[in-house]
Amino acid sequence: MKPIHEAALVLRDGELFEGEAIGAVPPGGISAGEVVFNTVMTGYQEVITDPSYAGQIITFTYPHIGNYGVNSIDRESRQPFCRGVIIRDPARRASNHRSEGEFSDYLVEKGISGIAGLDTRRLTRHIRDLGAMPGAFGTADEDLLRAAAIAEPGTDGFDLVATVTCDAPYTVESSGPRRIVAMDFGIKTSILTQLKRLGTIEVVPAGTTAAEIMSLDPDGVFLSNGPGDPEPLGHIRDTIDSLLGNVPIFGICLGHQLLAGTLGASTYKLPFGHHGGNQPVKRLSDGKVEITSQNHNFAVEADSLTNAELTHINLNDNTVQGLRSTTAPAFSVQYHPEAGPGPHDSRYLFDDFEQLMETFSTETLNA
Amino acid sequence: MPKRTDITSILVIGSGPIIIGQACEFDYSGTQACRVLREEGYRVVLANSNPATIMTDPDFADATYIEPLDVAVLEAIIIKEKPDALLPTLGGQTALNLAMDLEAAGILKAQGVELIGADATAIDTAENRETFKRAMIEIGLDVPLSGTAHNMDEADKIVEELGLPVIIRPAYILGGKGTGIAQTAEEFEAVASNGIDASPIGEILIEESILGWKEYELEVMRDHADNQVVVCSIENLDPMGVHTGDSITVAPAQTLSDVELQEMRDAAFAVMRRVGVETGGSNVQFAVDPETGRQVVIEMNPRVSRSSALASKATGFPIAKIAARLAVGYTLDEIPNDITRETPASFEPTLDYVVTKIPRWAFEKFPGTGNVLGTQMQSVGEAMAIGRTFPESLQKGLRSLELGRFGLNADPGEIAYEDTPLDELLLEADVPTPDRIFKLEACLRKGASVDEVHDATKVDPWFLDQMLRITEERLALEQLSTDTMTRRAWKRAKQHGFSDVQLAYLWSVPESEVRAARKAAAVHPTFKTVDTCGAEFEAETPYHYSTWEDTTEVKGSDRPKVMILGSGPNRIGQGIEFDYCCVHASFALADAGYETIMVNCNPETVSTDYDTSDRLYFEPLTHEDVSNIIEVEEPVGIIVSLGGQTPLKLAGELPSELIAGTSPTSIDLAEDRERWNALCESMAIPQPPGGTATTTEGALEIIGTIGYPALVRPSYVLGGRAMEIVYDDDGLRAAMEQLATFGSLGREGGLSAERPVLIDRFLEDATEVDVDAIRDHTGEVIIGAVMEHVEEAGVHSGDSACVIPPPYLTEKTITTLESYATRIATELGVKGLINVQFAVKGDDVFVIEANPRASRTVPFVAKATGVPLAKIAARVMMGATIEELRNEGLVRPPVTGHVSVKEAVLPFNRFPNADPLLGPEMRSTGEVMGIDATTGLAFTKSQMAAGGTLPEGGTIFMSLADRDKAMGIDAARRFVGLGFDIVATSGTADALDEEGISVVKRLSKVTDDGGQDAPGETAVDLIDADAIQLVINSPRGRGPRADGAYIRAAAGAKGIPLLTTGSAAVAASRGMEEWLARPLQVKSIQEYHAAGSSD
Repeated sequence: MKPIHEAALVLRDGELFEGEAIGAVPPGGISAGEVVFNTVMTGYQEVITDPSYAGQIITFTYPHIGNYGVNSIDRESRQPFCRGVIIRDPARRASNHRSEGEFSDYLVEKGISGIAGLDTRRLTRHIRDLGAMPGAFGTADEDLLRAAAIAEPGTDGFDLVATVTCDAPYTVESSGPRRIVAMDFGIKTSILTQLKRLGTIEVVPAGTTAAEIMSLDPDGVFLSNGPGDPEPLGHIRDTIDSLLGNVPIFGICLGHQLLAGTLGASTYKLPFGHHGGNQPVKRLSDGKVEITSQNHNFAVEADSLTNAELTHINLNDNTVQGLRSTTAPAFSVQYHPEAGPGPHDSRYLFDDFEQLMETFSTETLNA
Repeated sequence: MPKRTDITSILVIGSGPIIIGQACEFDYSGTQACRVLREEGYRVVLANSNPATIMTDPDFADATYIEPLDVAVLEAIIIKEKPDALLPTLGGQTALNLAMDLEAAGILKAQGVELIGADATAIDTAENRETFKRAMIEIGLDVPLSGTAHNMDEADKIVEELGLPVIIRPAYILGGKGTGIAQTAEEFEAVASNGIDASPIGEILIEESILGWKEYELEVMRDHADNQVVVCSIENLDPMGVHTGDSITVAPAQTLSDVELQEMRDAAFAVMRRVGVETGGSNVQFAVDPETGRQVVIEMNPRVSRSSALASKATGFPIAKIAARLAVGYTLDEIPNDITRETPASFEPTLDYVVTKIPRWAFEKFPGTGNVLGTQMQSVGEAMAIGRTFPESLQKGLRSLELGRFGLNADPGEIAYEDTPLDELLLEADVPTPDRIFKLEACLRKGASVDEVHDATKVDPWFLDQMLRITEERLALEQLSTDTMTRRAWKRAKQHGFSDVQLAYLWSVPESEVRAARKAAAVHPTFKTVDTCGAEFEAETPYHYSTWEDTTEVKGSDRPKVMILGSGPNRIGQGIEFDYCCVHASFALADAGYETIMVNCNPETVSTDYDTSDRLYFEPLTHEDVSNIIEVEEPVGIIVSLGGQTPLKLAGELPSELIAGTSPTSIDLAEDRERWNALCESMAIPQPPGGTATTTEGALEIIGTIGYPALVRPSYVLGGRAMEIVYDDDGLRAAMEQLATFGSLGREGGLSAERPVLIDRFLEDATEVDVDAIRDHTGEVIIGAVMEHVEEAGVHSGDSACVIPPPYLTEKTITTLESYATRIATELGVKGLINVQFAVKGDDVFVIEANPRASRTVPFVAKATGVPLAKIAARVMMGATIEELRNEGLVRPPVTGHVSVKEAVLPFNRFPNADPLLGPEMRSTGEVMGIDATTGLAFTKSQMAAGGTLPEGGTIFMSLADRDKAMGIDAARRFVGLGFDIVATSGTADALDEEGISVVKRLSKVTDDGGQDAPGETAVDLIDADAIQLVINSPRGRGPRADGAYIRAAAGAKGIPLLTTGSAAVAASRGMEEWLARPLQVKSIQEYHAAGSSD
């Protein structure tokens, strides 16, 4: 048996959890970030590599993580951006024909530190009751961890997109007929995979201007998912504002919040967000229910929607999950139709995007 | 869309008697459905022949028909009740098949009844293997390659193409009956021809072998708006080749990546749409090739199943309840999630724990059958356990089985594998048997690597590595002791699922010392909640399991709490009857203002529905686990006498001041032979002579005074485990030998100074009678019922048909029986239920035994008399008086004016190598009830309900032991009078001739070696030629293959009704006389109860 390195997790409110250190050894024996929980039972590699977790420590509510190993396909970005993982019972040995390596080695290799063996249900209930909050874990002394937790600013009011967006534009080739510009706020690979069905994708950094985007002659612009608070991203809203009406737009997650913001809606922070693969969303056009993958802490204020109609709501708490501009060819959803991980119920939205681009180009031609 | 208003009444069909492959889970689903439909304002008409069910309680439907589940009977019910719709998807395969028959016969159409939940085309698409397969291929899903055959020529052609091994599955079957694997040409011939016979349409499917693949199941729900959700994924620990009902299964799936799981989810939804399950729950089974990940669809059930009961308990998502709502028009998003109350049912539960289900078998009851598991289900029950990790839930599950094992080895039971060398053990572990799981661990402990064990057995390496963690923990614990255990070490051991009994074994100290040391280290169990959502939302429903974490989620309460201990996994002798009693106790005590706490580990049951009690603990029924709950809940009383032997065995170890009702001392008094004998003597109540012995010598000594035949039985077991009638010294020695060894019986209690063997003179040709009674603390006694058995004393009461009111006992005898029962109850200081068994010979009444607890007959008596015995008993145990309950209206006079017959249902069709003879060891799995105006009519209905519909004409074969000849002659005369032909073997024919009863043909006898004593036809020949419609054959020899065994086996194989006692033959002949004189009539329990109580 491997030696055990006792470790602890301390939340900003002082709540203490005892466990053992796993994964990479962080500098000073401390990892800090905003502690959130995710309720998926499968798809841990996709979750860990999702750039939307920048600044956050992910608690997995399902105890056994790592059972089917890791591979080179189920990753959602070039590298993980999360601040750490909290796992009840990491697997020692993987079993799956797709596995290319053990989960524990992967954590070390990718520089992700973690804490295991603690009462993750107690932690989850704590966050559920008191909200997501900063915390610190590691092998360091409890006092140091406590200080780190207090010093950790969380995600509110920060531009985390800058930390995850690509440095330079790149192209994802496709045999599809269209050209899509995807604004990368922390785009997931699964989204690129779905968009590729529609056409070639020009992935551009978050700071790309509207003029630069239009110069690429896109059939449509995609606003990606990404981490953190949409509020400080005014410059991106300006870009979107310039694009609105000139090109069909489809947004997911942070992209949805930014589109809503551009249309004049406000956003707010949910107590502990939605992070999981079992969230029910109702499509208001026909009442159909989709089981969706979600990963967000911020949401669009329903009452603030102007120039847009509500298209989807979360049935658990009635939060806004989708909208469509009433003035421009643009729509967005808060959840993740690309799955990765999660159900495939909502992939039709990519077809809707294609339809929107088709209609727009026909209308433009006729005009 | 809200519920449908164009229908007002709905017929629900139950699943009938408990049989292997169809157990309590359909009482759970049916009860939920009836409740929900009534809540929605529909008039519910229920048909189910099983009186032990909770659903057939008169409170759960508007009209409850405890009538045979037969097309003609259902037609009569439909004509009488005129329901608008039939919901066939909640009563198992039985209900589904009946719905198909009603549809095919045009009855539904003629009577204007709409099938809801699934239509006939959908059922046919799912159930007919060839249609199903074609449908799957049509929608682009992968299936095992195969072909369909209706005869051996077709079969041979298919196997030529596929190559061996292949799997053979008959069409339209239940629980995998008739399914088999063929590795060789010889096996293929045998399995294929059996399969063609077993299928009601004479069709088999021959498939490429996917043995050793990984097996999965998804539980899916769909509403009429095509919203679909996966409630639960399940992964089998046993690879393909073992029926899923006989496999250890784990939820959620453990070794599928999200990519694969979503592919499977998409496929399951496609299956639902293609099959056409419009609303409701279904399960879809998949096999996955571990090398390539290739997924193939195996089968689907377009109805709720045993797996859906498991999935409901595993997730907190009540599939049957929601299926019922969907069937009447709701969509998933219109139905609230009961547990969170705020979120809708249109979501997919997420777990933050691991659930393990482990089956329990009864091979020891059926000598002559092997214990090898295969594609045909053989288990009789199952336990489920919840833990935060797989190792914890596996160990909890193993100790929940109550087989004398306390986890994954590390207990005295592990000695069985100690001397087997590793290479041999690896070979043994490749054969699926009930104890394979223990062998797997033993292999790992003997040094085999996970890969070696995987290569030998195909069990997935992840599961094996998790088992290896248990092994490693055990080896580490062996180096420690109660003195050296740190807080962290205690927590680690407990988190790995180690029980106190295991630790006591490893450290050679008493269990109490382990518990004390652990408490001294300040390590305490915690209770978490099953909440469907991984704690994302607040759970309103206190459905708990124990684990070893930081915090407990049990909420306080200011009401007095009563804890009810359930009966654990189903087994022969202890099943749904006791669940009925526990559930009724919970209802009655809740009505009386108590907070009720249910503890049980059987996922099939109504008791483990979180709706049943105020609090539910899904926990093993062991001293340690129950004590932990007592410490956290602090109940004012614990009910141990309604759940059968399981809780009763615990009573002695629990705080005696908390035991509600009859004291454990009184319970012991009834079991302690010496004191019991003295008690009977002091009351001048006659007993058959007998004594107790702990050795063979002692037993022989007793025989010296009482003589043969003698009844030999162990104390403290239910269901007549290893009970035997012995006729000579050899028989006695064999019986004692069996009891002394660590065999099946040793595991359940065994022979020891504290638990001696009881030896009594066996009274031949006596009538056996059961009396159920209740006594309160003031001394008032009410008699529940006096039940006269159809079979003579010597046949286990659980296997015998019995009748209320007693048809042949005299008034005087009945008075004596009631008086004896009352006096015994008083003398024992009973506070609650008591069951007393008597043997009546002429005018003499002998008491055989008394059990101051709920008996198997309690629900039957309640249905027959309208008196809710279990509810009354629960209240009396908590201190109410019968007088008080009479004022409340709970105690009322028994209804009269009709006759009720209970008949046992036996599983011999599952064990073709076991002799289908009745004896003192109970072997029935379930029971049915027939009610009608007279004994004959009620008996005839009971036979029909039990699957042995008596013929209305034709040929009867008779072969009777001498002691049965007098009754046989009476029966034969009546049958001949009804126009039947009799054929018989020479001895019986002579006896009939002498009485002037004509025998149309004399048959040769089958000899012990399977030959015959003279040329000419034998009964087996005639049975095989379908020339016999009823077999009456009572046993002579006692060897396993004595002559009649061949005849009985042949009758069993052909499904010809078989009577094995003279008294049953008489009852049948009288029944047919009345049946033929009067057309079929059906009447609901509510009508019987109303009519009977008005006079």
